[in-house]
Amino acid sequence: MAEGPNQSIDHQPSAVRQAHRPELGRGAVSHQPFSDPARAPLIVCKDLSKIYRLGDVEVPALRGVNLEIQRGEFVAVMGPSGSGKSTLMNILGCLDTPTTGSYWLDGREVGREGQDELAEIRNRRIGFVFQNFNLIPRTSALENAQLPLFYRGMPLRNQRAGAAAALARVGLSGREDHYPTQLSGGQQQRVAIARALVSSPSILLADEPTGNLDTESSRGIMEVLQRLNQEDGLTIILVTHETDIAAYASREILMTDGQIVRDRWRVSAHSARASGGVVKP
Amino acid sequence: MNAFILMTVMTAFRILGRNRLRAGLTMLGIIIGVGAVIALVSIGHGARAAVRAQVASMGTNVIIVLPGATTVGGVRGGQGGAVTLTVSDGLELKKKIPLLSETAWAKRDVMQILYGNRNWNGPVNGISPGYLTIRDWSYMSGGPITQADMDSAARVALIGQTVVENLFETGEDPVGATIRLKNVPFRVIGVLAPKGQSAQGSDQDDIIFIPFSTAERKVFGTLFLGSVGALFASTDRPEDLPEAVEAIRQVLRARHRLQPEQGDDFTIRTQVDIGKVQEGTSQTLTIMMFAVASISLLVGGIGIMNILLVSVTERTREIGVRMAVGAKRRHILIQFLIEAMTLSLVGGVVGIGLGILGARVTTAVAGWPTIISPESILAAFLFSLAIGLFFGLYPANKAARLNPIEALRYE
Repeated sequence: MAEGPNQSIDHQPSAVRQAHRPELGRGAVSHQPFSDPARAPLIVCKDLSKIYRLGDVEVPALRGVNLEIQRGEFVAVMGPSGSGKSTLMNILGCLDTPTTGSYWLDGREVGREGQDELAEIRNRRIGFVFQNFNLIPRTSALENAQLPLFYRGMPLRNQRAGAAAALARVGLSGREDHYPTQLSGGQQQRVAIARALVSSPSILLADEPTGNLDTESSRGIMEVLQRLNQEDGLTIILVTHETDIAAYASREILMTDGQIVRDRWRVSAHSARASGGVVKP
Repeated sequence: MNAFILMTVMTAFRILGRNRLRAGLTMLGIIIGVGAVIALVSIGHGARAAVRAQVASMGTNVIIVLPGATTVGGVRGGQGGAVTLTVSDGLELKKKIPLLSETAWAKRDVMQILYGNRNWNGPVNGISPGYLTIRDWSYMSGGPITQADMDSAARVALIGQTVVENLFETGEDPVGATIRLKNVPFRVIGVLAPKGQSAQGSDQDDIIFIPFSTAERKVFGTLFLGSVGALFASTDRPEDLPEAVEAIRQVLRARHRLQPEQGDDFTIRTQVDIGKVQEGTSQTLTIMMFAVASISLLVGGIGIMNILLVSVTERTREIGVRMAVGAKRRHILIQFLIEAMTLSLVGGVVGIGLGILGARVTTAVAGWPTIISPESILAAFLFSLAIGLFFGLYPANKAARLNPIEALRYE
């Protein structure tokens, strides 16, 4: 049983190859975090649950999620609506806190932090990419990309330099002064990615990043994400409905009814789709 | 934090510029309110300064004692109708009350004044020399009536500006000229500096002064020698006035042998009494205008709050994004507070400009004096800032309390 994943991992980029151990899929976190922070998983979730209260009714959105994600992984989270994947993303993105269970990000338990600390963590460690881009209207691409640095209190000159560099990384050099309305959907999403990159985050959370884009633009965006993952070792967690989008990822998590029901690795991303992934028990 | 504030202010101005009509309408309340306050306060200041100047033109720390009313067979003669005050009353006051820096007496009559082939009807005042000191008269040319003039009942006169204008050619020097009062020739020894209107509105420059003794013996034809029209006194310091007034009352009551149950047969008035009434009126007016302007500012503030609430709703998603990329609640709070204060401050500055313009127009059109004080501008500025802060607090707090997840999902 343990053989399977090891075999498939051999074909993966080095960052991911070292990361995985078969025990992950069994829902137990074997090693105690984190005597060596550099080798520790980037994300460790233990028994995460989230219960929403609608009047007198308690609605469980997450029911005991256990998850480890290593540095450099590209994870696709799939599942029907209401399966809890948005709730999981909100918790992983430090926008929300779990009702019970714990969440370690980079060796620090963040599930119990206060609002300001969470804002700080989002600012420095997490980049968000949304389905509807969520750029600030009538604000230039550069200023949109600057935003996280702005809230970090960085001098204006450094903000601009950082944002310009981030725009260059997503291939938008020369569009710094364009307003969102002057950009195509794909370009707007690239600005959003630049905004997520500008703070050199530990993880990039992309919530259906291609949901509002045509096939051509979608491919462009996914290629950008893939390049960031493979060349820069950026950890990416992607929520999507589309299997061909999920195919860009190296690992696929399927959620149903607030639980992870399948967690599998692919031999290699996208181009090797045909060879298929390895389904974990 | 400085970069943050700077960029937030820039953003606020950009948002303002984006919605010019809306911002303008929102600011209208503040503009009108601040403009009204600035204009009305400057009018009020101007009016009060004018009153003060009029009162001051009477002299400084002046006490006036007028003879009381006569009652003949039940018919009352009115203030000053009786001849109850005399020169010796004045001398007694001078002797008994060291608090008084100066005492004087005067008597007036209106008569024809002749010079060459011109004539003028004006009030002629016979005065003792101290009068000019008390009333603070100064001279355009020539000099005062002296004690020597008094002693010798000299036929000398000081004339006011209005009299000069009516009797003399322009450019003609009246000093040394001979005018005639009731056919008695008087040599003009001085021209008085103009004082303008009195607090009661009469022309203070339409006046001729001659020595009291000369007036009594050679011009007026007095029934009782030594009776005076009014006694005048002054103190060095304004705070001595009440004490001086009381001392004068005691001395005069004693001299007039008034029993305790009898009322005074004279009236004492001070400059302060006269000024108070007039200043009181303008102050009441200012307070009322302030109330009206405050209501306008309140309405303006509510307008700002309203438009900010709309803005918070419109920009819910933006707020969500800002929170997602690391804006803390206080960042959002400050952003909306700054937007509110930008609105109210720009409104305030426009209002200040409008108020100054309004004051100028008032002066130009209605001829009312206006004084724009830097304090009122500063106060208006700070007040509009405070309004932005106060009325911005609720919407800003609402924005800062948004749940980022819900805000991001808001459609």
